[in-house]
Amino acid sequence: MTGAIDTILQGTLLGGLYALFAAGLSLIFGVMRLVNIAHGDLIVLAAYTAFLAVQLTGIDPLSSLIIVVPVMFVIGYALQRGLLNATLGRGILPPLLVTFGLSIIIQNALLQGFSADSRKLLLGPFETASIPLGPDLAIGWFPLLIFATAVVVIAALQALLHRTRIGRAFRAVSDDPETARLYGVDHRHLFAMAMGVALAVVSFAGVFLAIRTNFDPAIGPARLLFAFEAVIIGGLGSLWGTLAGGVILGIAQTVGAKIDPAWQLLAGHIAFLLVLIFRPRGLFPRAVD
Amino acid sequence: MTALLETQALEARYGDFQALFGIDLALQDGETVAIIGANGAGKSTLLRTICGLNAAAPEAVRHRGQAIGGAAPEAIVARGIALVPEGRRLFLSLTVEENLLMGAYAKRPGPWTLQRVYRLFPVLEERRRVSGIQLSGGQQQMVAIGRALMANPEILLCDELSLGLAPIIIRDVYAALPAIKAEGTAVVVVEQDINQALAVAGRVYCLMAGRVTLQGRPEELDRERIRAAYFGV
Ligand SMILES: Nc1ncnc2c1ncn2[C@@H]1O[C@H](COP(=O)(O)OP(=O)(O)O)[C@@H](O)[C@H]1O
Ligand SMILES: [Mg+2]
Repeated sequence: MTGAIDTILQGTLLGGLYALFAAGLSLIFGVMRLVNIAHGDLIVLAAYTAFLAVQLTGIDPLSSLIIVVPVMFVIGYALQRGLLNATLGRGILPPLLVTFGLSIIIQNALLQGFSADSRKLLLGPFETASIPLGPDLAIGWFPLLIFATAVVVIAALQALLHRTRIGRAFRAVSDDPETARLYGVDHRHLFAMAMGVALAVVSFAGVFLAIRTNFDPAIGPARLLFAFEAVIIGGLGSLWGTLAGGVILGIAQTVGAKIDPAWQLLAGHIAFLLVLIFRPRGLFPRAVD
Repeated sequence: MTALLETQALEARYGDFQALFGIDLALQDGETVAIIGANGAGKSTLLRTICGLNAAAPEAVRHRGQAIGGAAPEAIVARGIALVPEGRRLFLSLTVEENLLMGAYAKRPGPWTLQRVYRLFPVLEERRRVSGIQLSGGQQQMVAIGRALMANPEILLCDELSLGLAPIIIRDVYAALPAIKAEGTAVVVVEQDINQALAVAGRVYCLMAGRVTLQGRPEELDRERIRAAYFGV
């Protein structure tokens, strides 16, 4: 019994990390219908940015977010304004091809700059500290921090979308970019802001990933897959749905790993396929499309 | 006297297809002008070109004498030219109030505020938290008008306000025009409904196949000439 609770709990907390992988992807798709194939590599880029910040300044990995978040925001803004905006409004293929190319470019640039060696950010004793909940049950501080961050980040994105002027404009542009322009919305600037915000969120994903596991330039595409599955499970365009999707993916993987370590990823993909079969629009689809 | 808004030899194209041929049109301060014409005559294209959604030569559109043809829509609305688009085009995932607030995105100062729009259309205040899809056609049109008013335009362009509405609802929607004109706003109404257009306008232009075929004051134009200009018979 405790074993089952433990599995669910660890899976839920892992889901927080997947939700952080996915939130930026979900926001970008929601605002501009852009599927960013380079999303996973941007997570890895954030991890290396943190790695560099730690190397250069001696700052601890969590505090490096003070540097990584603004850097990634600026990269996101520039990337959208300088490159990705030009791919929008011409059908689904151009953004897919360009972000696919971007993915390869980021991987190779990281390989050039940092070699293929795997790295890890060290946080010290906090990484393994845990709160005992019972005889065989404990909850790690660091996984808990990741999950809490995911909840706060998603609540913040939700507030941004629904309680601010720019968030209202994000939703309006998502509904009808042409009409939004009629009332003064510069969609190119707005899309760039959305990508900036998405990559600010990616910074958290990248730093937590880098503390939690080893990383190297090639691990981006697998993170993209997890993020993509979490978004689809939750329902396109729904941020709380993305959190739920991350949690379901996390639980499925943890349960799978419990049965046989080789089954971890497979169990996640099976959960994804089951949701696609029974709820093709995901669990919490947006009311309007 | 420079006109408030003027087009000179305005042309518009969609690819190889030319939709407007040498349109000359003038609008004076505070005036209400109607543009009538059959489906496909180019009325919407004319309004969209003025608003910057379709390309135009700079000199082809002038606002208070300044060439604005082909400028970005964001720049045009900031100058005080706002469109109520054909088909209303509400932001469907936004509430009524959020739709209205989007109209004020450019932050142009002027008399129109949320309160003022709600006084003009009290039913919208009751339904302010409701999404656009849950409104009736008439209420949606009121939101579309209110949203354009929130931009505090000195020129309000209305594309087929009566489209798809029952006559009694059309009357309610058009009942808002006097209050809008009382602020000194010049209005251009595009209509297929000739009677509605003649009732509100000081001057009328008739468009057929991308050309102005007739213009004048409603009282100068007899029905036969309008019919000829409208249907080309
Ligand atoms: N986006 C478009 N692409 C190609 N042709 C268009 C487009 N929009 C309108 N047209 C054509 O331009 C002409 C004028 O259309 P429009 O301005 O919508 O007429 P109206 O508003 O008077 O009904 C029509 O022949 C129409 O088929
Ligand atoms: Mg039309």
